This record gives sequence, structure tokens and C-alpha cells, in this order.
Amino acid sequence: MTPDDALLEVRGLRAGYGASVVLDGLSFSMGVESVAVVGRNGMGKTTLCDTLVGFLPPSGGEVRLAGRRLDGLAPETIALAGIAYVPQGRRLFPSLTVDEHLAMLARRTRGRRWTPAAVYELFPRLAERRHHGGADLSGGEQQMLSVGRALLLNAPLVVMDEPSEGLAPTIVDVLVDAVHHLVAEGVAVLVVEQNLRAAVRMADRQLVMVSGRIEAEFTGDELLDRPELQHRYLGVGSTAPAGIATASNHTEGERA
Amino acid sequence: MTPALTDAERGFQRSRVTRLRRPPVWVATVVVVAVAAWVLFLADGAPAGAAVDDPGKFLVTVLDGVTFAGLLFVAASGFTLIFGLMRTVNMAHGSLFLLAAYVAIRVQEAMVGRSRNIDPADVGLLDWLVPLLAGAGVAAVLGLAIQQVFLQWNEGQEMRQTLLTLAITVVLADQMLREFGGLAQRVVWPGAVTHFFSIMGERYAVTRLVMLGIAVLVGVLLWLWLNRTSVGMVIRAGVDDRQMVRGLGINIRRVFALTFLVGSFLAGVGGVLGASFAGAAPGTDGSWLLNALVVVIIGGLGSLKGAAAGSLLYGTVVAFSPAYLPSQYSYYAIIMTFGLLALVLAVRPYGLFGRPA
Repeated sequence: MTPDDALLEVRGLRAGYGASVVLDGLSFSMGVESVAVVGRNGMGKTTLCDTLVGFLPPSGGEVRLAGRRLDGLAPETIALAGIAYVPQGRRLFPSLTVDEHLAMLARRTRGRRWTPAAVYELFPRLAERRHHGGADLSGGEQQMLSVGRALLLNAPLVVMDEPSEGLAPTIVDVLVDAVHHLVAEGVAVLVVEQNLRAAVRMADRQLVMVSGRIEAEFTGDELLDRPELQHRYLGVGSTAPAGIATASNHTEGERA
Repeated sequence: MTPALTDAERGFQRSRVTRLRRPPVWVATVVVVAVAAWVLFLADGAPAGAAVDDPGKFLVTVLDGVTFAGLLFVAASGFTLIFGLMRTVNMAHGSLFLLAAYVAIRVQEAMVGRSRNIDPADVGLLDWLVPLLAGAGVAAVLGLAIQQVFLQWNEGQEMRQTLLTLAITVVLADQMLREFGGLAQRVVWPGAVTHFFSIMGERYAVTRLVMLGIAVLVGVLLWLWLNRTSVGMVIRAGVDDRQMVRGLGINIRRVFALTFLVGSFLAGVGGVLGASFAGAAPGTDGSWLLNALVVVIIGGLGSLKGAAAGSLLYGTVVAFSPAYLPSQYSYYAIIMTFGLLALVLAVRPYGLFGRPA
């Protein structure tokens, strides 16, 4: 990937909380494709997402989307500039119904590819639940709504933080299909995953994050067949089945 | 189910409902039953007498409670709206209330062409409605100015915002005293509604019902705004998770400004209603800030439903205490308000419809 045709280019990105540095000069670039960022707990994956979308202001480095610098801008500006966010834990609005989650953003979507109707078409299960509260949904439905809500931005890039977290395998299948569907339509997807198997299925390129930097890159399912690499980069024991072992540990460590 | 899922879901629910605490629920139940029994059957020595003996007085007290609740709701709804979204306790809410009242009084005097001792018969419907809109409009604009000039750049700094608005309260109180004097004044109801009707042998003022009607209208409009428009949905979403709303490309500052405008307008409507009902004087600002605080603490900060429920409970207690406490204790009626607060907070620490911030 040369910088010229990169959709997203991140160079030397630094960020942290107070005195603790979490992102330590992180660089990568991606085009219209799906890319996964994998790594052990506490390596800064969620911080990377939060920094990309402007929830956390970076202390250094550059983020460019289609050449435009976005680092340091407000979250709403970054969202409108073209980075949609599907955050960890989904962060739906408990006071709103499924329909209202989409309706509150509907005005901007007129005449665009992704409208509330298109989201319901992509996830028919949401349509059945349209008058349910955001809190009354199953984990999988919550995730679909979180993805659908992000799609309404009609952004060229969607960042997903731990989309498969805590979901049943059949729901993960739905998400994997959705990711491929998006890429086929020309939307780039950056997905951060603990679950290696899900990461490999969602993205052809996997970037391994260690201590706030991208340390290695793999393609295809190379990582799945190499227990020694998993052990080295992801802390997965060589005897543990790939992808399952890290699926259940999450948030606390990464936010702190 | 993996541990991750259960954790995530538990977190979601915790933010949604605050669980009832057991023992206080029993205490509250006993207190409520005891009070009901007292009011219905036992209150012989009270000014109003037991409800079964004098149903007319009881009905009037209920009406007093509900109509006063209407005024409380109008004053508190804007307050709770602003707090819910912005986490700002707008201490200047009472000042906006009083300023709107004074402005309305001046406008009404100009329209009727006389100051002091205006006869309701000379006051047409417009002579009341125009001052109402003028007063509320001034409150709305001043509220927006306060938000833009003082609060916007302190976003997220709740303590600073609270102290700033408190300081504004002090300044405004002095300036209003200088401009409008220290005497109690009132907005005069239009002659068309200053009648009495009789119900079960008691006379009752139509104006109180008008006040209730306006409160219901305000409540319905607010509900429609919050539930049927996309701006309203954004506001409700913002109460849940401000950052995520911004992450969806919504300019929350514009939403803040609009919310402050509407909230201050409602403070103004409350002020004009209050000045028509009970008059306006120095100190009214503080007491109505307190009223609004009590209502939203009972109902839960940030919830419209809570403001309605809190107003009804508070209004009921305010109306019933002087009428049904034994005569020699009537003086202590005000204490009952704090009893209500303690009871509600013991059962639901975040108020009836409140959620942890």
C-alpha cells in the first residue's frame, strides 16, 4: 500500500491517559479493504480506536483520511469527515428504541446509500425489533444496531472495536458477512479484535499491535496455522485452540 | 454465554434502573399507608378535618395540590432538561424565572396603560398572553447568552458551571432589585378567567385550573418534542451518552444551545405563571430555584417523567400539610417537604426516574 492511494494513513500516532503513554508512535495505512488489528489485552487497541475517532485527542502524529488531516479534530467533525465508529460495548442509547436510534440520524441520509430502510434490509432482525428499547435487545441485535447506526453516516471508513465480543458464532457469521458486503460496496472497515478467528475471517490483512505499535503484519489465515506466532504476539498458549482463548477477556485493562 | 456478554449486559442494566432497596421500601409503604389513613379517617383536629367527614375540603386540597404541581412542573421541566443533557445545575434558573415575571409585569402595565392596582376586568386575554411571551422570550435569550458566554467554554466542568451560574444569580438579584424595586408585584390574570366556580359546596378559582391547563399543554408539547422529532431523540440520546452522540457526527454544542434556550424559556413561562398566581418579589428567585431543585431531586435529574411525578408529589405534600396537620402543628407544614425528600431518596437514591450520572 503506497501512501498515495491509501484511504486511511496513520503516521507516528501517540496518545495516552495523563502520564501513561498507550499509543507509542503507531503507523499503518489502509485502502478500501478490511483490516484487522489484533493483539493482547492492554496493548492499546481500544485507545487506537478512540484516538482515530477523536474521543481521545492524540498527543502526536498524524491521521489522514483521503489526504485530509483529522487528528485533533472534534469527534463530530471526524465522523462527518468520514470515520464511523462501532465502539466496544456497543454504546447504544438505553432511552431510545431501535427505530429512534436510526431515525435521529435519518435526515442526513436522504438520497444516500445507507438509510434506515437499507439498514433494516441488511439486518432483518432489527426490523422485527424496531419498537424495542435499545436495552431490550440481545447482544447480537445490539451489535447489529450499533453497526447500522454507524452506517447511517455513509462514511468511507467504519472502525469497529471488538464487534464479535460476547456474541454467538451464528451472529459472528452475520457480522463477517456484513463486513465483506461493505468492502464489496467500497466501504473500508478497520476492525479491532481479540478473537483471532473472527479477525481472520473479517479481514485479509491483520496487523499485530504490541505496546502501542504495529509490530507485525500477516495476510490470509497465516496466523491461524502458526501457534508459535500466536504465542509470541497474542499470548495465546501453543496448546490452546486459536481464537477462543482470548475471546472473553476485555475492557478494563485497555481503558485504564 | 461468555463472561464478556454477561458483564456487558449487567453494565447496561445497571445504568438503566437503580434497584429498589428493601427496608426503606417497607418504611415508605408504612408511612404512606399511615398518612392516607390519617387524612381519610383520623384527621379530626386538622383544619380541614378527616376526608370522610368533609369530602369537599379534601377535593379542594387535591385540586390545590394538582394545580400547584402544574406550576412546579413548568418551572422544573426546563431545569431538568438542561441538567439531563448538559450535567449543568443551572443555578440561574430561579433568576430567569423572576426576571421573566418582572418583564411581564412591565409589559402588562404598558399594555393596560396603568401601573399598580390593575383591575382584571381591564385585562384582555392578549394583555396577559403577550406579557407571558415577552417575559419568557427575555428569559430564553438571557439563558442562551449565559450558556454561550459563560458555560460553553467550561464544558464538562460541572463545578465551575454551577459556581458561575450561582454568581450570575447574585448579580441578577441585585440588578433586579435596583430596576424593579423591593415590593411584591403581580401579573394580573385576564378578566375572562378570574372567576370562581363551585364544586361540592366549595368555591374554586378558575385561574388555578388555567394554570394546570397550561402546565399540561407544556408537558404534552415537551413530550412530543422529545419523542417525535429527531432533535428530541438526539437530546434523549445525549442524556444517555454525550460522547457517542458526537461520534455520530452530531454537533452537540448546537443541541446544548437549543436546550438552554428552551429550558430558559420554560423558566420564564413558569415565572409569569408564578407571578400571576402568587406575585413576584426579591427572594422569589431563590425560592423557585429551591422548588425546582426539590422537584427534580424527587423525580430524578434529567427525566421529564420524573419532573411530572416530582411535581405531583411535592405539590400534594405542599397542599396537604397545612390542611391536614393537627392545627397546633400547622406551622411545621414546611418540614413535611423534607420528610418527602428523605423518604424518596431512601427508596430511590437517584430520584423516582433518575439514573446514576
